[in-house]
Amino acid sequence: MTLLSTRDLSVSINGTPILDRVSFDVAEGEVFGLVGESGSGKSMTALALMQLLPHGARATGAVQMGGRDLLALPERQMCALRGREIGMIFQEPMTALNPVQTIGAQVAETLVIHGAASRSVARAQARHHLDRVGLADIPLGRFPHELSGGQRQRVCIAMAVALRPKLLIADEPTTALDVTTQAQILDLLRDLVAQERMALMLITHDLAVVAGIATHTAVMQAGRIVEAGPTEVLFRQRAHSYTRRLFAASAHVPQRAPTASATPLLHVENATRDYQLPRATPFAAPGHHRAVNAVSFTLNEGESLGLVGESGSGKSTLARAILGLDVLQGGTIQLGGEAVTAGHHMHATMRAKMQVVFQDPYGSFNPRHHVARLIAEPFHLLPKPPTDGAARINEALTAVGLTPDDANKFIHEFSGGQRQRIAIARALIIRPKLIVLDEAVSALDVRVRAQILDLLASLQASHGLAYLFITHDLSVLRAITDRVLVMRAGEIVETGATAQVLNAPQHPYTQSLIAATPRIPEGWFKETTDAAQPLV
Amino acid sequence: MLRFILSRLASLGLSLIVASLVIFTVTEVIPGDPVSYMMGLNAPPEVEAALRTLLHLNGSAPTRYLAWVVGMLHGDFGTSYTYRVPVAGLIAARLQVSLPLTIYALILSTLIALPAGMIAAARRGRPTDAAVMGATQLGIAVPNFWFAMLLVLLFAVRLHWVQAGGFPGWDKGLWVNLKALTLPAIALALPQASILARVMRSALIETLGQDYIRTARAKGLSRAQTLRRHAFRNALIPVLTILGLQFSFLLAGAIIIENVFYLPGLGRLIFQGITQRDLIVVQSVVMLLVAAVIVVNFAVDLAYALIDPRLRRPA
Repeated sequence: MTLLSTRDLSVSINGTPILDRVSFDVAEGEVFGLVGESGSGKSMTALALMQLLPHGARATGAVQMGGRDLLALPERQMCALRGREIGMIFQEPMTALNPVQTIGAQVAETLVIHGAASRSVARAQARHHLDRVGLADIPLGRFPHELSGGQRQRVCIAMAVALRPKLLIADEPTTALDVTTQAQILDLLRDLVAQERMALMLITHDLAVVAGIATHTAVMQAGRIVEAGPTEVLFRQRAHSYTRRLFAASAHVPQRAPTASATPLLHVENATRDYQLPRATPFAAPGHHRAVNAVSFTLNEGESLGLVGESGSGKSTLARAILGLDVLQGGTIQLGGEAVTAGHHMHATMRAKMQVVFQDPYGSFNPRHHVARLIAEPFHLLPKPPTDGAARINEALTAVGLTPDDANKFIHEFSGGQRQRIAIARALIIRPKLIVLDEAVSALDVRVRAQILDLLASLQASHGLAYLFITHDLSVLRAITDRVLVMRAGEIVETGATAQVLNAPQHPYTQSLIAATPRIPEGWFKETTDAAQPLV
Repeated sequence: MLRFILSRLASLGLSLIVASLVIFTVTEVIPGDPVSYMMGLNAPPEVEAALRTLLHLNGSAPTRYLAWVVGMLHGDFGTSYTYRVPVAGLIAARLQVSLPLTIYALILSTLIALPAGMIAAARRGRPTDAAVMGATQLGIAVPNFWFAMLLVLLFAVRLHWVQAGGFPGWDKGLWVNLKALTLPAIALALPQASILARVMRSALIETLGQDYIRTARAKGLSRAQTLRRHAFRNALIPVLTILGLQFSFLLAGAIIIENVFYLPGLGRLIFQGITQRDLIVVQSVVMLLVAAVIVVNFAVDLAYALIDPRLRRPA
């Protein structure tokens, strides 16, 4: 039985077309996957169904549900329908909850607002709904900031399904979460679908997530659905050329020549980093949280080392210490035989030996400087500005696949992938020995990510760079690293050659991490020749 | 929460001590001996000495500081040497006007500003928003003494609804005094309400762009419900900050309006104290105002913590 039927849904915002005649059906109790890259219109489709489009948007077409056209319903009736017949959860659990209300009040509100329960009854039922999403041991009086990201997403789910809607729209529900948390949330969604006979429309960019959960899948590109069908059939056939490109990119492994030498470049020994906690009483000694506990490893010249772990495991804290941004409470870090000391004591020539590329291609540039100035920033680490500055800017831009003409543009003129290329050019220009890449490809779409990985591989070969690749994404590790360190709660629990650790993990934590990573069933991939290698 | 209050209280006490030290030191190093100002240049030394003892100006600086602080804690602010009366009584008389006037003006300003800001934010970009924004622009731009005179011309001179100025005193009953304070309160409230409305609007607009607003809408709340239940409280923090600043400002900064309406307020007392170099009055009133600012900040801090649970940890 068809639950929701979308026909020729088109959306334009202030005259700019966003969606182009999108048509699909969602059957009762099924999981419908909508995949595509960012900007393809996945989220806009969901918001159009809910009639929550941004200001200035116009939607045409028809969305039939229960004999009504949702696009034609007045706002008052849409309010009655949202939360009762269609629930929705979003990508960012950290900001999706009101920070000044308790989670109990926020779950109860769904019931109260639809007149399903009085305030006191709603509170008791909120307890039941939180129990159902696996938060039985969390009191109703907790505030969102006292919960982890996964717990907050569970609260959002409890809110969205409290009135047993017929359809739950989940817009990238696990993208911001760690793999093990992601697996738990996906299990929860799967259970809810099975128990409540609820349909789930799952929007994601992650093909492996869809493969494991969706009965039907549609692929979106530039505002239109290019291919749709039963998930396994679609994954095996890949009829549309875009689908094939998307799949190839998600499994892409760059060509890498071995560049690692036996000369140690970075040597970390017993590195320990504490964070001060607030004092319990005004005169008590402050407590400490040990974020990095006696970590030791060596990174050789030209080597690519992966550092993997969940959020909060201390990866980024360790990276900050290596970059000389934070003072260690114990242990030493040496780069090229010289000690790394934090703060102003560190000599500029030391800093010039290592550069960093961060995750966010949008927030890590000053929007008022043109690109030439942005990428020339590391020059201040040199004793005096190089005489061939302009030539080196051109060289760096060319090395990352941009043109010298781009030097005079501003950062807002570039896409996310291009910005990450500029960030790499900025790291490269001072000719460092080591580049720390802190989740540097995590925010990128799969096709852009494949290009950046290719770029990093070729730069490593041509410039003899060493990489410290911090990531939570195992497929990235497999693609670009020689060796891997698995970090948990501030300690390295496993280390070894990448293929060895990923194929035969020894530590239980590594095993659970790999087991939790969604994967596309192997058979689905092997039947065609265009895909390179399966994901992890 | 209790620990938060205690830690804020501790910092309140510390601020008061530091403030009193600064005020005392500054008055000490200001050039000019109050006794020679009062007696003139040719006063006989024994008269000067007698006056010095009378005014407690003898002894070392630390003992005089201690005497001053201990006196204030007992309600003794010293004796004004222009009025020849205890400063405590002077301040008390002036506070009877300034404090109610300030509170009156702030209540008016809040009652106007919060709804105006909410309406403007809810109808952002539409004619209502433009009208509210235009009105607040005018409210900030118009000099409030001129606006006060217009109020007097209309309501006192033409309509005879209220007196043009003066303050009857609280022994004459509540109603006549409220009437006497209404025009000054309106004149004071106008620019403050305009600023507050703008702050409310921009805070609400920022809050309305947050993810949890979208979550609330997806739950089935209407625009108006979302604004009331989710956006309003989150937008209150900047509004409270401004409100706290306005209270401190109005308490002593109403001097122009006090002059327009012939009100014996705190602002005029300071002004007279300064022009007559009555250092004891200035010192005490400044200390009182600083204390008021610190206490208001403390109250604002507590209000922050009531609004936002994330701020309940001790600093």
